[in-house]
Amino acid sequence: MEWKWGFTWEILPSLLWATKNTILATIAGYILAMIGGLVFALMQRTGSKLLGSIIREFIDIVRSTPLLLQIFFLYYVAPEFGLRLSPWVAGISTLGLHYSAYLSEVYRSSLDAVPRGQWEACRALNLSSRDTYIRIVIPQALATALPGMGNYLVSMLKDTPMLSVIGVAELMLTANAIGSEHYRYLEPFTLVGIIFLLLSLPAASLVKLLENRLKTVLGL
Amino acid sequence: MASAHNFPMQLPEPNRPMVRFMNVSKSYGALTVINNLNFEVAEGEMVSIIGPSGSGKTTVLRALMTLEAINEGVIYVDGKPLTHMPKGDKLIPANEKYLRGMRSSIGMCFQHFNLFPHMTALQNCMEGPVQVLGLSKSEARVRAEELLEMVGLIDKKDQHPSRLSGGQQQRVAIARALAMRPKVMLFDEVTSALDPEVIGEVTNVIRKLVREYRLTMLMVTHQMGFARDISDRVCFFYGGKIEEQGPPQELFTRPQRERTRQFLSAIKEAI
Repeated sequence: MEWKWGFTWEILPSLLWATKNTILATIAGYILAMIGGLVFALMQRTGSKLLGSIIREFIDIVRSTPLLLQIFFLYYVAPEFGLRLSPWVAGISTLGLHYSAYLSEVYRSSLDAVPRGQWEACRALNLSSRDTYIRIVIPQALATALPGMGNYLVSMLKDTPMLSVIGVAELMLTANAIGSEHYRYLEPFTLVGIIFLLLSLPAASLVKLLENRLKTVLGL
Repeated sequence: MASAHNFPMQLPEPNRPMVRFMNVSKSYGALTVINNLNFEVAEGEMVSIIGPSGSGKTTVLRALMTLEAINEGVIYVDGKPLTHMPKGDKLIPANEKYLRGMRSSIGMCFQHFNLFPHMTALQNCMEGPVQVLGLSKSEARVRAEELLEMVGLIDKKDQHPSRLSGGQQQRVAIARALAMRPKVMLFDEVTSALDPEVIGEVTNVIRKLVREYRLTMLMVTHQMGFARDISDRVCFFYGGKIEEQGPPQELFTRPQRERTRQFLSAIKEAI
């Protein structure tokens, strides 16, 4: 098997187009996960034992079952209960839900890491609980949470190929389609690997940069 | 916390105390930390609380700051119930909304300062006035700068706490608490975490407060000399209640109770 440059250039545009979809799926899924994770983390802190344990159970179930199974469930099983979603919506929702379980754990441990004295100082200053969270606790927790959040961002990016199983035209699906059409897999899959590397590595250093920047801004 | 029966809805004028603990008890499971305490602090009075560890002295301040809920009794501030709120003709445990209405009249400084690390000294002092009292940024800034000037740290106003020494952080914490214009200030072992050579800069600020402000102050301290110098009254706590109290000269020179004598002589030996 020999590397064919002509073929490489020929398929590159459609792979780049698919890259756009991979990035979109990652960004949309991650935004969902960030919000969902925060909701789960805060709901565990409401003080309601029942609500707390329901959320805990849910998080454990999500984290202990394969992402692929969850994608199949939302796409193939949910319609039997009347919830019919397009591949894109089902895929992004599953990614978001799956990772919100992980991110809620990152948030939870970062919130727990904010010293008790900070909460007490807020109470002594009579800050509302909203201001306590938004202005005092979350900014400090964010500095602790960022490395973990960055890991899961890269992780989610690498999980987007799973969406190919329900027909989301991301990188993997596109490369596979090219391969089966031309009976050549070397170039498309190698390119996919390179593109993932080119996305993951800068994403990781971007997070590192953000982390340092945040620490400077917060004076920590 | 149970509803309180047979407690007054408010304390009668005149001469009503600024702070009043009425039959207050607090326990953690089987451990009683405040035991049916009755205790008053008059307006403008400086009261020091001394006693062995575990005597409940810090819990008294924390209960007054509503950081801990009490199990029995009622605490009044400025004549009004703090831990409870009126409902019909009885007092029921206060909800968060009621506490938010009452809490701004109390300020507290902590052993470990608890400054907000992501804010400068100035921002720390502006946070409460802007967010809670609704002052404009410029009003809050003027107030914060005055107070930082008063504690001698105006040149450090743009520094984050991590760039300040312990003594400086504690002075900022005092300015931050005062910026809320509380009627009652609580000092919880504010010099205990400091290196000996900077304790003076914090105690000097508190001395200045006693001289220049008509604030009601309650201080838990291990600095006996300091307590003796500046207090109107010293309370010796033992087993969750006041074992003995009086003017500092009397309590320190002629303690009446055996436990007070033991405590004071143990402290003397430590020095």
